[in-house]
Amino acid sequence: MSLTKNKISYSLAINQALIQLIKSDGSIVLLGQGVKSPWYVGNTSRDLVKRFGEKRVIDTPVSENAVTGIGLGLALAGSRAVVVHPRMDFMLYAMDPIINQAANWNYMYGGGIKVPLVIWGIINRGGEQGAQHSQALYGIFSHIPGLKVVMPSNPYDAKGLMISAVYDNNPVIFIDDRWLYNLEQEVPEEIYRVPIGKAEIKREGKDITIVSASYMLNESLKASDELNKKGIYPEVIDLKTIKPLDADLILKSVKKTGRLLIADASWKSFGVSSEISALVSENALSSLKAPVKRLCLYDAPAPASSQLEKAYYLTKDDIIREVKNILK
Amino acid sequence: MKKSDLIKFYKQMLLIRRFEEKTGELILKGEIKTPCHLCIGQEAVAVGVCSALDKQDYVFSNHRGHGHYLAKGGDIKKLMAEIFCKETGCSYGRGGSMHIIAREQGFMGSAPIVAGTVSLALGAALALKIKMEKRVSVSFFGDGATGEGVLYESLNFSALKKLPLIFVCENNLYSTHLPIRECRPDIGIFKIAQPFGIKAFQIDGNDVLKIYETAKKAKKMCLVSKGPVFIECLTYRQSGHVGPNDRIQSENKDIRPKREVEAWKKKDPVKRIRNLIIDKKVLESQKLEKIEKEIEKEVEEAYKFAKSSPICKKEEINKYVFNQE
Ligand SMILES: Cc1ncc(C[n+]2csc(CCOP(=O)(O)OP(=O)(O)O)c2C)c(N)n1
Ligand SMILES: [Mg+2]
Repeated sequence: MSLTKNKISYSLAINQALIQLIKSDGSIVLLGQGVKSPWYVGNTSRDLVKRFGEKRVIDTPVSENAVTGIGLGLALAGSRAVVVHPRMDFMLYAMDPIINQAANWNYMYGGGIKVPLVIWGIINRGGEQGAQHSQALYGIFSHIPGLKVVMPSNPYDAKGLMISAVYDNNPVIFIDDRWLYNLEQEVPEEIYRVPIGKAEIKREGKDITIVSASYMLNESLKASDELNKKGIYPEVIDLKTIKPLDADLILKSVKKTGRLLIADASWKSFGVSSEISALVSENALSSLKAPVKRLCLYDAPAPASSQLEKAYYLTKDDIIREVKNILK
Repeated sequence: MKKSDLIKFYKQMLLIRRFEEKTGELILKGEIKTPCHLCIGQEAVAVGVCSALDKQDYVFSNHRGHGHYLAKGGDIKKLMAEIFCKETGCSYGRGGSMHIIAREQGFMGSAPIVAGTVSLALGAALALKIKMEKRVSVSFFGDGATGEGVLYESLNFSALKKLPLIFVCENNLYSTHLPIRECRPDIGIFKIAQPFGIKAFQIDGNDVLKIYETAKKAKKMCLVSKGPVFIECLTYRQSGHVGPNDRIQSENKDIRPKREVEAWKKKDPVKRIRNLIIDKKVLESQKLEKIEKEIEKEVEEAYKFAKSSPICKKEEINKYVFNQE
């Protein structure tokens, strides 16, 4: 198959996915705050209302709980619904429709029910916004049976995972990061899917496995490139899907390299990094040449002060330092 | 109305106005980075309501909270320092513009989750009721908050328990980019309180005297178990949703009609009280100008204090996660 390429940004890749999806499938509805705003959700929803009208693309009042439930109701009644939360902190008002309702719906009625619902939450942090406008809460959703959680790190995956999420018959939490919105890449112009549940080796290596996703994956790649110059060759894994976790790929890599650093741009305790660490200790302990290391945020709310933000968030330099420590 | 009250209102409103203008300037200069939702145009609500309160009364606020903080007596230097995210700020640089507090003045905190502090104000009112104290609790929120279910839960609970609580809705006709008619089938917000048997007022939110009188009445009712009370103040923000304007990369993204913005500027609440003072010959303009200079000086001093204050220490990043007492 030859695919036409277009170089676009991460946010416009999402926009392109939505345009193509809504155009090609009359059952898709997008709703949430800011879809017709000139500034709210970046340009991910550019021209959508203009192209498809306010029946298919609905800008909503500030009602996260109801709007998420409405998305679920739409899905149960035969639509494919995408609910967008311009900041995932606001999604906390919607914990009931997400966790009690959507996640459990198929199981608690004994199966056979399609729940084609995408709940799209944007991580939007930095810039001295403080505790309530900075959270990366994917760990919470990953804890819940019945939810899938995807976190694309680049434009190609952003488009392909949005398309897969929309066509999945289960509730999918789609999480993107505003820090990635300007990242550009060649992306096929057609509709294509990136499979949910599959991680990818972005750099083959032998000395250590670095596992990360989304924004942090990009920092891991930069770190890996610099380490290469020092003769250190990490194997870098992009999780792409947090849940279901691609355990096979992680274990295979760790068995090869014998070392693991998990770089996760959220809190350390009881989070995604804990899960991966447990996976490896349960299944590949004997291959480890060094203890598993986790590089995560401090277990503290996000501070406002930019000096503290600088200390709080992780960069490639933190990864380089940790890798060197592990290999010492 | 006492003459001294008029002067007091004017001083407080002008202080808020100049503070917000200075903040806007510093945002454009890049000296301030924390997102600031300025309340230029809405000063009368903060001052009118808080003037009817005592220090011991509680106030809970939202993202657009600088005016509420100052009107409730919060320290101006600590506010500017917080906006600079410095260690000397009212939240020790951890909160920024959207998370400010002055507990010693009964200003219990502001938070930017829409409608997120409404039920907290109920809890504080309930505490007052349990302790049988003659005080009230006030919740400030915007028209956008009427989209959130928790507001209706709070109307019900507060009415059921007859809480000493004043709901103050600042209806500035917009919720970010959405005009109110795209958010609500009926734009008369005060009516949402009526089915719960809550006394509700809809008043001119740019008329500080009217707001003050209504808030005073509301407080009185609360103190004789006739609360809660709901006050809708019709007003308008003259600045951007966030920052001095809604220019993004030099493009104007303010979707509000120019004519509407201009019409509301003519109803400017600060000018209005100033004109009243002159018309009623409360003070001659020379004396007013002296007051105005003093206020500018106060704002300038707050700026100097903030700018010269120490930054937060990296080592203390975990310091306030738990209370250590
Ligand atoms: C729960 C939640 N959802 C969305 C937002 C984003 N947001 C910030 S301010 C705002 C509009 C609020 O409008 P209104 O309450 O009328 O206050 P105004 O900004 O007009 O003062 C929104 C939607 C938020 N902060 N919290
Ligand atoms: Mg408003």
